[in-house]
Amino acid sequence: MGTAQIALLKVLTPRREISRGLGLSAGALIAGFIFLFWCVITYGALVDTTFCPPPHRVLLALWKVLADGSLFKHAWSSLVVINLGFFLSSLIAIPLGIMMGSFRIVAAALEPVVNFIRYLPVTSMIPLLILWIGIGLEEKVAVIFIGTFFQQIVMFADVSAQVPDELFSAGYTLGASRRQVVMKVLLPATLPGVMDVLRVTMGWAWTYLVVAELVASNSGLGYMSMQAMRGLHADLIFVAILVIGFLGMVTDQIFRWIKAVWLPWAGQR
Amino acid sequence: MGEVSIERVGLSFKSRKGDDVIALNNLSLQIPDKQFAVIVGPSGCGKSSLLDIIAGLKEPTGGQCKLDDQVISGPGAERGMVFQNYSLFPWLTVLQNVEFGLSLKNVGQRERIERARFYVNAVGLGGFENSYPKQLSGGMKQRVAIARSLANDPKILLMDEPFGALDSQTRTVMQELLLGVWEKNQKTVLFVTHDIDEALFLGEKVYVMSARPGRIIDTLSVDFPHPRNYDMLTSPPCLELKRRIHHNLHTEVHKAMAAAAA
Repeated sequence: MGTAQIALLKVLTPRREISRGLGLSAGALIAGFIFLFWCVITYGALVDTTFCPPPHRVLLALWKVLADGSLFKHAWSSLVVINLGFFLSSLIAIPLGIMMGSFRIVAAALEPVVNFIRYLPVTSMIPLLILWIGIGLEEKVAVIFIGTFFQQIVMFADVSAQVPDELFSAGYTLGASRRQVVMKVLLPATLPGVMDVLRVTMGWAWTYLVVAELVASNSGLGYMSMQAMRGLHADLIFVAILVIGFLGMVTDQIFRWIKAVWLPWAGQR
Repeated sequence: MGEVSIERVGLSFKSRKGDDVIALNNLSLQIPDKQFAVIVGPSGCGKSSLLDIIAGLKEPTGGQCKLDDQVISGPGAERGMVFQNYSLFPWLTVLQNVEFGLSLKNVGQRERIERARFYVNAVGLGGFENSYPKQLSGGMKQRVAIARSLANDPKILLMDEPFGALDSQTRTVMQELLLGVWEKNQKTVLFVTHDIDEALFLGEKVYVMSARPGRIIDTLSVDFPHPRNYDMLTSPPCLELKRRIHHNLHTEVHKAMAAAAA
């Protein structure tokens, strides 16, 4: 067997580690391929560039909205809405979910309602929300709140239910009261799981945000996209999509970073 | 003092199929102060449940347990417990884990740290005070768990197969360490295991438990002086004890398997 063949076999072995360089190149290759494909179909005039603009037009559009400040305005509006909705949802879902996972009475009380609403698409409630509170900030925050809250609460309950019994027992036999077991054992034990749930549900919150902004809004990145569609500015829609993707990626990294710095002990037991 | 009396304790529950399962039946046992007592029994015989009852984590469905003539009605710091695994608080460092019980009792910070350090050193973990549990091996974690219980100065130490998940070399080292600590502290210890060698090496008294429903079917005195050496396990009197336990347990395991098949 040649060395190339052996190297190939190693890469094709399940769960075998690869070098950092190889990993980065693989990522760059796929991204590069998609970019190349985009260039070929647009510059090669294989598609109508009115609907699928070439890279340089997207860059120009990006520059324009950066220069006139409209990108910043819309991005800021989106960020305010998503953070407000997500914060309010998490603020209530964390304590309630943790209680739901560890106190049978809370689970019994909440589960029927939560499980019903959880499977209702939040989009089905948007018309009602618009009737009740209009198309301003409050309505979009409400969409994000409803969309994330009922998912979060079940996931936090799961995190709480998975705290091993031995930790509670250890707390009790070291002399902790019920209250101390909740405050000094249950709560800290759920922290890493809570951070993971926050990170995942933040991704979903972005979806609800854009849906809310597309349906009815007068600001935000979704609204910017919608306006661009009406004027046939496909390049601006590309800009909005790229910015949403970028902001989502940054948020995700921030959550990872917080977890690494704040919870250095998390990981395998 | 740390004298435990287990008086006609019974534990029964409904299985998932809805049958009544009797885990413990009318079990009585007296463990005098400062004794290193070992309960050895087949898996599923209810020995862990018995420990949970003494710890106050489970309520018996019959009878009662007493510690120094006080009826046990719930968990408390005077009955420390070491579990098989996953019982360290992963968000606390080694030292903070050992301090945990003391911080609940509002012991002042200086005394707390001093006592915690003493027990961390006693289990040979000096230098690891600031490590988190995830950075420790299985044996080191159990040492922290032992130190954490001892730092709380309980009257009795309950140990539920604490070395069951360790490899046999580490287990031997841990047994020697535990005996060393016990020789210095002289606390009542109630240790539960299914490993006969472990029972004989550690125990002053070994209580043999039957298959479900669990009862004490034999009591052995292991009259070997301390400090003990692992060679004692191959001495003729010890081999005779081993044969006796083995015979009892073997019969019990067969009974349990027949019961499970029926």
